Amino acid sequence: MTDRTTFVSTRNAGAVPAPAAGRGVPATTPRAGRPRRGRRGGNHVVAHIVLGFGGLIMAFPFLWQIIMSLSTNIEVQSVTPVFWPAELQWDNYVRVFERLPFFSQLQTSIAVTVIRTVAQIFFCTLAGYAFARMRFRGRGVLLALVLSILMVPSQVYLLSQYQLVQGFGLLDSLAGLVLPGLFSAFGTFLMRTAFLAMPAELEEAARLDGANPFQIFWKVMLPLARPTISVLAITTVLWSWNELLWPLVVTTFSDRMPLSAGLATLIGDRTTDYPVVMAASLLAMAPVLIMFIVLQRRVIDGLASSGLK
Amino acid sequence: MTSTSHRPGSSASPLTGRAARARPGGSPDRKGDPQPPARGRIAGDGFWPWLFVSPLVAGISVFYFWPVLQTAFYSLTDWGVFGGWTFAGVENYVALFADPSLYLSLGNTLLYTAIVLLGIPIAVYLASLLNLPGLRFAGLYRVLFFLPYVAMPTAVAMVWRVIFNGDFGLLNHALALVGIDGPYWISTPGAATVAVAIVGLWSSLGFSLIVLAAGLKNIPPEMYEAAELDGASRSRQFRSITVPLLTPSIFFVTIVTVISSFQVFDLLYAILGSSNPVLPRSMSLVYFFYREGFVTNDKGYAAAIAMVIFLIIGIVTAVQFRLQKRWVQSD
Repeated sequence: MTDRTTFVSTRNAGAVPAPAAGRGVPATTPRAGRPRRGRRGGNHVVAHIVLGFGGLIMAFPFLWQIIMSLSTNIEVQSVTPVFWPAELQWDNYVRVFERLPFFSQLQTSIAVTVIRTVAQIFFCTLAGYAFARMRFRGRGVLLALVLSILMVPSQVYLLSQYQLVQGFGLLDSLAGLVLPGLFSAFGTFLMRTAFLAMPAELEEAARLDGANPFQIFWKVMLPLARPTISVLAITTVLWSWNELLWPLVVTTFSDRMPLSAGLATLIGDRTTDYPVVMAASLLAMAPVLIMFIVLQRRVIDGLASSGLK
Repeated sequence: MTSTSHRPGSSASPLTGRAARARPGGSPDRKGDPQPPARGRIAGDGFWPWLFVSPLVAGISVFYFWPVLQTAFYSLTDWGVFGGWTFAGVENYVALFADPSLYLSLGNTLLYTAIVLLGIPIAVYLASLLNLPGLRFAGLYRVLFFLPYVAMPTAVAMVWRVIFNGDFGLLNHALALVGIDGPYWISTPGAATVAVAIVGLWSSLGFSLIVLAAGLKNIPPEMYEAAELDGASRSRQFRSITVPLLTPSIFFVTIVTVISSFQVFDLLYAILGSSNPVLPRSMSLVYFFYREGFVTNDKGYAAAIAMVIFLIIGIVTAVQFRLQKRWVQSD
């Protein structure tokens, strides 16, 4: 069932049945007939064993984290592993809020993620559209300037970004956390590619109806770009929520940090309260993991097609 | 966008895109007068493109482009402890190339990258299983394998720290069952890098897997049917059809994995912890950069490290594109 949806949703795969059907009966018979069934039989057992075992390994750390978050610290540190706590310690989740300014960090994470996502969609669709669809002097130069950033690893601009934000007096502020991430060369590239692929006829029709360029963009082209916009949104949300280095350098007070940096402050305590750390980690990951599980196909296909984190 | 096999090219998009871009306005515009609406478009666009483009271009210029130039310049300066700088020429680079920390962190980064790259052959094999026609639970498997990729690195690092713990970690417990005395992973140089790399492999495997699985969908099923009629075994089909036709996707995944592995920071920082005494011997290039730039506060030196990272990634990527011709099948 699931496999089928995948098959249909991938554009190229969708093209495959067409020529096969064109060839008529001879082409379809072997597909439905014996050879295929033969392939199905024995091999799927092996596939399920390998994929099932592999999937378990992938999921195990999360399960282990859940178990530890409900154990006592003594159970976590027991030399013979305790695979199930004697009593479920739900209380650990309450203690997260004593150990960390969790709510303010959660608020910061949400604010940073939402602001960046909205801003990137706004700036990148506008610029991507103009670069793809409009003609103006200096377009080539400006486009080259934006795209050249794609090749530069982030460390190269990090130092100066920090100094800029420091110069504006924005260290330890939401604005400072958000600022450089409002703009994205990758997002612009992504949106430009999407707009390049669109048919010119719709624009022409709208222009003949007397729409101005902004109306054409807003009412005609933007709705068509929705699939790519969701790819941009997904990549921005993931990156923003999970990112560590930037928050680490621009914030020093734990109540100003987003969750990613806030969690990092829990490392290295001599007397680590492991269950609480695990509970905090799970709570910090939960929003994004839930989003992923709800939108799984869209996230997976989106990231597969964007090809970049 | 349509297919994975296109994407390797998309990194070189400034080139390929240029040709495509000329098309939409191209021919009708050139003719000028005979076609008023088209002409109106060039002239009529007027200030509009600038309105569309300027917010982003301003942001990119201030927060990305200018900082790159500034870092390049900083790498040639010397910063006092209390601020202020003097021009130092190539001094930072001379000092950097004589600094054992550079080679150590480069070595650790290479080891990390090599281990994470082992995930690609695994992902090729898993993707071929995942694409078996009519496989049940394929969606569930995809989610399970992809979960680590979307999870916050700092948060998953917390479990892995415990799994790798030398005294009560599960890994050493499991190793003890087969008679191996596991090291103190987190606090032994070498072992620490391997530990971080195992987590890196775990978290990036899902990404390679789905990109490769998408690439596999582009291989026409007829090829397998034909091979089957010729009596080719499953493993023969895997070697002679799947792998060769998948090489563009494999190439793409390799490029992305190498670039991101060379920039490993989050996992290392969160698994080892910033106060770990083993860190100076287990750090990655980017951690070395972070330490000099934001802990020791030697901006000029850190800028030189950043430029060297940039250079190394550039060279490694260029070499891969060169070697591409030898093993990537293009049609």
